[in-house]
Amino acid sequence: MHGLINRAIQCFVTDSYGTERWTEVTQLADLGFQEFEAMLSYDAALTPRVLDAVGEVLNRPRSEVMEDLGTYLVSHPNVEALRRLLRFGGVTFVEFLHSLDDLPDRARLAVSDLDLPRIALREHGRGSFTLECDSPIAGYGYVMMGILRVMADDYGTLALLDHQGSGEGVETVSIALIETEFAEGRSFDLGARAV
Amino acid sequence: MIPCLRTQCEDLTRILDAFCPMHLVLDESGAVVHVGPTLQKLRPDTAFEGRDFFDIFSLKRPRDLRRIEDLRHVTGTKLHMQLRDTPQTELKGVLVPGLAQDQIIMNLSFGISIVDGVQDYSLTSADFAPTDLTIEMLYLVEAKSAAMEASRKLNLRLQGAKIAAEEQAFTDTLTGLKNRRAMDHVMARHIEWDTQFTLMNIDLDWFKAVNDTLGHAAGDHVLQTVARIMVEETRDNDTVARVGGDEFVILLPNTANDRAVEAIGQRVIERLSVPIPFQGHECRISASIGAAAYQPGCDLDVAAILENADIALYASKHAGRAQMTFYRSDLRDSSENLAPPTGREDLPKTA
Repeated sequence: MHGLINRAIQCFVTDSYGTERWTEVTQLADLGFQEFEAMLSYDAALTPRVLDAVGEVLNRPRSEVMEDLGTYLVSHPNVEALRRLLRFGGVTFVEFLHSLDDLPDRARLAVSDLDLPRIALREHGRGSFTLECDSPIAGYGYVMMGILRVMADDYGTLALLDHQGSGEGVETVSIALIETEFAEGRSFDLGARAV
Repeated sequence: MIPCLRTQCEDLTRILDAFCPMHLVLDESGAVVHVGPTLQKLRPDTAFEGRDFFDIFSLKRPRDLRRIEDLRHVTGTKLHMQLRDTPQTELKGVLVPGLAQDQIIMNLSFGISIVDGVQDYSLTSADFAPTDLTIEMLYLVEAKSAAMEASRKLNLRLQGAKIAAEEQAFTDTLTGLKNRRAMDHVMARHIEWDTQFTLMNIDLDWFKAVNDTLGHAAGDHVLQTVARIMVEETRDNDTVARVGGDEFVILLPNTANDRAVEAIGQRVIERLSVPIPFQGHECRISASIGAAAYQPGCDLDVAAILENADIALYASKHAGRAQMTFYRSDLRDSSENLAPPTGREDLPKTA
């Protein structure tokens, strides 16, 4: 699994719960090291082991951990760059939703060996969508749910999200748009320097 | 019915505003008759209409285009221009004849200055045609910058780890002195530079006895103390190395004469002869030193200098220890020096 993904999990735990909890996680998962390097690759088996350890240390189920991870990824100031990159996907929340299909390809443009799970958006009319997420790691759908919740706020859209369960390595999230211009939303300036 | 030219022009303007929001239209006199919405955003408080094209823009390439007649000759050519007032944003452009007589339509873009452009003018996605790849490019610029930053940090960390690993590979971990490998490097470099230096080969006397009677902890303590003393008694640019269990080498570059070297050697011997306290015991050692010099142009190699210093060291040992000897060629002839001295492990006189 790419270091960026493992590193994201590490930053989520350290930024939200502190370095000591992360140290507990590394010990419980028997990592043998403290820090993931964002630009290196790691054995695919490590990531689920780390996520199990995170759940155990925080005493929370995988689904909650994953949704919080998603929320963290697009709301914490330390990872502001990611939220900005997602905002490039579209001017409105609906446009943004449609841009998710391209997300793995966009990610590969930036980091050629970063392989994100495939995502497919289906439109059912009247502001109703489902997002089908390939989930090589159980709970990826919950990560997307956390991301979507924050991004809907970001665009000032009121949306109801629901995890519809999983099967055959695919997790489905339903999205119902209640109000697309519900609130002001956060500003997005094309020219702001992310780094 | 054929629509009149005026209607045609209006339709075209509507189309161009959507497809090329940074276009402008010039009349036969070179005055601006229309600008696209994004181009207008570059100067929101300025009315472009009616002003002469060359009052607003300066053309940088092709050069020497100063009048509207000149422009007609560069149809289809890539133009480099700049806004005359600040911010003097650079723009790229291309022009074609318009529908009306002698009308010119020019489309502009930021080119590579886009990253500054979106900042200077607070442009948003809505300011670019949906088919325009500008937004994708800005995305890439940002994503690549973030990835590069992560890579740069990794490189810095790896470089730090590499320096630390190299440092360790050249350091004797017990004493913090340089090790044999480092000393070989330093010596080879001085020979390569052909600079004068003196090499001191130092052997501790009675060290094995300390180890045997008081244990390794005492031995380690003695070695660390010896290392500290050697560093204190030498100059900053001298190299002190531990090259074996109780063997040390000091390289002293640019030694003016043997007297200066002898003074350093004698100080080391004197201080090492003072008993070293360890957990209520006194560890008594001393040191024997053999010194050999390298003179520029003398074509000795590392091995030869080490051998000379060794011969001088054996002479010190034979002379009764706690001595310093300079290498002389006649030491080689002395038969007692042909074999290493015996009794290195002799017990010290009662502690």
